[in-house]
Amino acid sequence: MLSRTADNLYWIARYMERADTVARLLEVGSRISLLPSAHGYRSEWDSLLQATGMAAAFAQKYGDPVQRNIESFLFFDRDNPSSVASCITAARENGRIVRTALTSQVWDALNTAFQELKALEREERSRVDLGRLTDWVTRHAAMVRGAIDATLLRDDGFNFLNIGYYLERGDSTARLMDVKYYVLLPRLEFVGSGLDNYQWSTLLRAMGAQRAFHWAYGGEVTAAKIADFLILNPQSPRSLATCSAGLVNHLGRVAKAYGRETEAQAKARALLAEVEGTTVDAIFDEGLHEYLTRYIRDAADLALAINEAYLSGEMR
Amino acid sequence: MAQFNEMYQGTEVRAPYGRLQDWVAAMPQELRSLKQAEAEALFRRIGITFAVYGEGGDPDRLIPFDMFPRVFAAAEWARLEKGIKQRARALNAFLVDVYGRGEIIRAGRIPGRLVYQNEAYEKAVVGFVPPKGVYSHIVGIDIVRTGPDQFYVLEDNCRTPSGVSYMLESREIMMRMFPVLFRENRIEPVDGYSEKLRRTLASVAPKKCKGEPTVVILTPGHFNSAYYEHSLLADLMGVELVEGQDLFVDGEYCYMRTTEGPRRVDVIYRRIDDAYLDPLCFRPDSMLGIPGLMDVYRSGGVTICSAPGAGVADDKAIYTYVPDMVRFYLGEEPILQNVPTWQCGKTEDLAYVLEKLPELVVKEVHGSGGYGMLVGPKSSREEVERFRAKIVEDPGNYIAQPTLALSTVPTFVEEGVAPRHVDLRPYCLVGDRIELVPGGLTRVALKEGSLVVNSSQGGGVKDTWVLAE
Repeated sequence: MLSRTADNLYWIARYMERADTVARLLEVGSRISLLPSAHGYRSEWDSLLQATGMAAAFAQKYGDPVQRNIESFLFFDRDNPSSVASCITAARENGRIVRTALTSQVWDALNTAFQELKALEREERSRVDLGRLTDWVTRHAAMVRGAIDATLLRDDGFNFLNIGYYLERGDSTARLMDVKYYVLLPRLEFVGSGLDNYQWSTLLRAMGAQRAFHWAYGGEVTAAKIADFLILNPQSPRSLATCSAGLVNHLGRVAKAYGRETEAQAKARALLAEVEGTTVDAIFDEGLHEYLTRYIRDAADLALAINEAYLSGEMR
Repeated sequence: MAQFNEMYQGTEVRAPYGRLQDWVAAMPQELRSLKQAEAEALFRRIGITFAVYGEGGDPDRLIPFDMFPRVFAAAEWARLEKGIKQRARALNAFLVDVYGRGEIIRAGRIPGRLVYQNEAYEKAVVGFVPPKGVYSHIVGIDIVRTGPDQFYVLEDNCRTPSGVSYMLESREIMMRMFPVLFRENRIEPVDGYSEKLRRTLASVAPKKCKGEPTVVILTPGHFNSAYYEHSLLADLMGVELVEGQDLFVDGEYCYMRTTEGPRRVDVIYRRIDDAYLDPLCFRPDSMLGIPGLMDVYRSGGVTICSAPGAGVADDKAIYTYVPDMVRFYLGEEPILQNVPTWQCGKTEDLAYVLEKLPELVVKEVHGSGGYGMLVGPKSSREEVERFRAKIVEDPGNYIAQPTLALSTVPTFVEEGVAPRHVDLRPYCLVGDRIELVPGGLTRVALKEGSLVVNSSQGGGVKDTWVLAE
């Protein structure tokens, strides 16, 4: 397969997953902002932007983090490369370039999302509420994902799509948790308060995992259980364990098909071993923020290795 | 001016269109609208769109598709086919000649300056004979009709003629929407095109290639207006669709960058201009292209289709001499006629053209896509005068032809069915043999009375049928 084709497939997955994450982020933000702000902590919206690394760009264009502006920035703004509109447009554009590597169902799903986005953009903003927008993104992300799973040949292209998905998803799980733990609760005394628990469940809800969590654990929502669920539990579809295992699996299939291992496989295995070899206690001892930061860095390092080995076309 | 209607002779229906008479009569307006919407939805769904240069607007614009087919009888096609193949052979012989000894020029049949000083003449390939002596592997010949047996060649396209995807997709859509038509009429299939194209490209593999050649299509990228066609052909042939950045030269070969490392490429069907092939050879300022490609090409490491330099044969100034090429190289009389053409660069021709300007069609020598042309009888006095000034300023840049009474084919229009002017572009494949699928691209001028069929100027397309014996 052409390296450029693999690269396009990989980015289709990353963009779709990123659109999904941004929509979830919007949902977390709007829910948390429904809390009375009597506690005197910083604006939650600002914290969200901080966590995703988009705060500076936002401040420059819009100034104060007002909800309406944040919605525009995160959903519609084409100047923001991570906005839902930018991501869906980029995913569809990548899809158009590699039409021959996709089934018509996958193309249809990408193209439909794009066409509907254009219709949404034409609608009067006051008639488009946030809930509808976030639902819309989740639905289309699921449709693309479903078309890929149901119709695509299980060849190297399928593996590169999945590699993109798992990398992006692990990264976003880590970042969403980090929002909660590091940014939203800058002062230690908030930990364990009622506010703390409310935010944890909002986070679960945003990941579409609230019910799953209760089925898996039951009882009270605690920081330890949530960390276990989102980091260590291989049953959780968004956990770092699941994402790392997915990366090991799909990179392994690529290596087998090509009859050659690269640095990427070794790095993926190391990432998985790190998750599998730790405990919630150990994570809290290290500091959740420090642990997550390390995961994000290692995953970025893996992404670089994948790019060098397969996507850049520089491998001789 | 009497126009030849390909379906009706007075009230008589010409034989090839016999069964279409009942078909169209039995189609109520509602069904027609329904089918038209269905066709459009299908086209949009498969993503076959056309971006019009210089208009801005929607890059996903559809080319209008007209459901009324254009039909040729077996005998009519047999003659066309012979004429097209003959012309494709002559054009290739000419190319080999002008990059070699230049016999036709020595014999005084074509002025040397028209060839050697032509912008499209590539000095970089002088003396090089491409595999099987083929320069133009896909020859698109634009043909118009003025009577039952009167066919004229409007122009030749020896570089990278586009539009074949419309031939293929129009047929797909017609078969899907009107299967009964295909049961009642015995219509020659066109879907062998991609397999024939693949075989043609493989047959001109370079001499250093041993075993099954690796063929690729080279596209300028997804912003190109014909990108859909490039990806369709790659898909149908099962070959990679590459951009310049995917290819590189190492030693005496060209490779593509794959996830498994470099893979050698033997035949490149390029859909980009000569100028963008190799910045070392043609345009040092170009970011596109593959540095060193021409060296590999000239040393037989890779075949480029069409061959660099093929453009000199389809230049509008050279066009006038194609019938002479047929006689000179093949020793045959041309089966297809040229449209009489005046070269504004010649003093006596210029005088005639300026005198008769309101009656003529004038084109730029290097123009394409229906841009920068004058259709005298359809233009206002001011437009004619403005064009006159342009011709006087640079006569060598223009040729003129009589306004032909192009044939018409019934076409679905707002008010029902009405005759509209058409042309035809068949695609002739030249490799170790010469092949032509029975069909082509019929373009139709949808505006009443209009003679300009280019899709960039509001033209549409029709399915083109060739009936079996």
